[in-house]
Amino acid sequence: MIVLKNVCKNFDDLEVLKGVSIEIQDHEVYGIIGQSGAGKSTLLRCINGLESYQSGEITVDGVLVSQKDKKQLRQLQKTMGMIFQNFNLLERLDVYDNVALPMKFWGINTKTEEAVNKINSLIRLVGLEDKKHSKPAELSGGQKQRVAIARALVLEPKVLLCDEATSALDPAITREILSLLQQINEELGITILVVTHQMEVVKQICQRVSFLKDGRVLAEGKPEDLFIHPIKEVKAFLQEESTLLPATGVNIQMFFTDKSSDPVVTMMARELDMNFSIVWGKLEDFRSNVFGSLVINVDESVRDRVTAYLDKEGVSWEVLN
Amino acid sequence: MADIILKAAGQTLTMVFWSTLFSVLLGFIPAIILTLTAPDGLRPNRIVYEVLSFLVNTFRSFPFVILMVIIIPLTRAIVGTTIGTQAAIVPLTACAIPFIARVFENALRETNPGVIEAARSFGASDWQILFRVYFKESIPRMLNGIILLTINILGYSAMAGTLGGGGIGDIAIRYGYQKYSTEYLVVCSLILIGFVQLVQSFGNWVYKKLS
Repeated sequence: MIVLKNVCKNFDDLEVLKGVSIEIQDHEVYGIIGQSGAGKSTLLRCINGLESYQSGEITVDGVLVSQKDKKQLRQLQKTMGMIFQNFNLLERLDVYDNVALPMKFWGINTKTEEAVNKINSLIRLVGLEDKKHSKPAELSGGQKQRVAIARALVLEPKVLLCDEATSALDPAITREILSLLQQINEELGITILVVTHQMEVVKQICQRVSFLKDGRVLAEGKPEDLFIHPIKEVKAFLQEESTLLPATGVNIQMFFTDKSSDPVVTMMARELDMNFSIVWGKLEDFRSNVFGSLVINVDESVRDRVTAYLDKEGVSWEVLN
Repeated sequence: MADIILKAAGQTLTMVFWSTLFSVLLGFIPAIILTLTAPDGLRPNRIVYEVLSFLVNTFRSFPFVILMVIIIPLTRAIVGTTIGTQAAIVPLTACAIPFIARVFENALRETNPGVIEAARSFGASDWQILFRVYFKESIPRMLNGIILLTINILGYSAMAGTLGGGGIGDIAIRYGYQKYSTEYLVVCSLILIGFVQLVQSFGNWVYKKLS
């Protein structure tokens, strides 16, 4: 478990993190989303000790991440693999040697049968058996990130930290890399922490997410809860185009963020014996579940009956102007 | 004529080879210190970096002929004499060390900082990063620097010839310039051109092999 308590970090006069508290459970896929400059990457670097922090506390499985004890920090870094936006592979080493490199940093003999088997099995896991002896320059972006993933797993970490890992890739390749990460999470039970500005990353793989802005966590929860019915700042981040709604009557937005399949909308029409038009709607895919919201336009006179019905059914709603 | 030229070519090769070798070995040390202590290095240290950088610049800005004279006592201490091919190797090396130190520093510092960060994230020590990442990634660039150095030393070796070092450059000056022999001048020039082309082609070939 990774626990951050009130973490503050500044570069000289610039405050980057202003009291961040997050708890990441074992085997979870956790996302940190926000615009560039929100402090996401710095936060990730603080967690694995690439950056120091001024106050607060970060612990990984109860062990404090601190620059004071370099030996302990090194041991911690071994339990956290990391992948990067620009892959950061060594240009002069082939795929196999890139994957083997972290072992060399730990004085592990890479010639033993055990080591060779592990390196080969990781290359197989990421689907690059036929590229084993290719140099990074001969690989596509998606393939390079696959090599980086294999490299990050070679020391058998408990956590995989992903720093904008798909930001340099096109949408189709992004989906492939994300499903690989999901597979790693499910099959190897590795906790995955992703830092990203891409909504689709969070929607596709994250179980929980924090929205970071100006060094503060402004919202935390399931992605569907954060994004279907977003708070003001998240709405600004999503940059959703304003919806064109009818000027007469009342526009009521309903949010569907649980898996209940009750046909609430048609049930309401029948039970209240009324008609209304659906004037706007949006459905999105979250980890293979569809969630979304609908806006209906009703006459002012039935407004209270509709909202009472929605409350009774446990559907959250909001009147739009 | 052939004998004279052949002997001189041998002297040039001796001077260039040994000065390149010694300066590469000795220049590597300040290059590493500069890389480590640079603002973006593993152990940033402004004072050490600036002082060493100043020294490198100072020695680089000395005209070779003057440097050669200044370090005569050093040459005598090392070789025992200040005349001859062996003696010329000392000032050539001394002149080449700051040059190659700067070239190596640039080559090393061109290493992608992301790769260094990746190595750090896996718990690599500074020494491991220095040799397994910086050094390994920079080999082709450093090789390019050595080629450049070799060609530069070849040029300086002509001047060293005037202080009794011998070599092709010396023959070109004594026979070609002072004795007005166009023949010597042309042959010496052709040999030097050929030598530079050869070194450069070899360098390009190895660079391609390595990267």
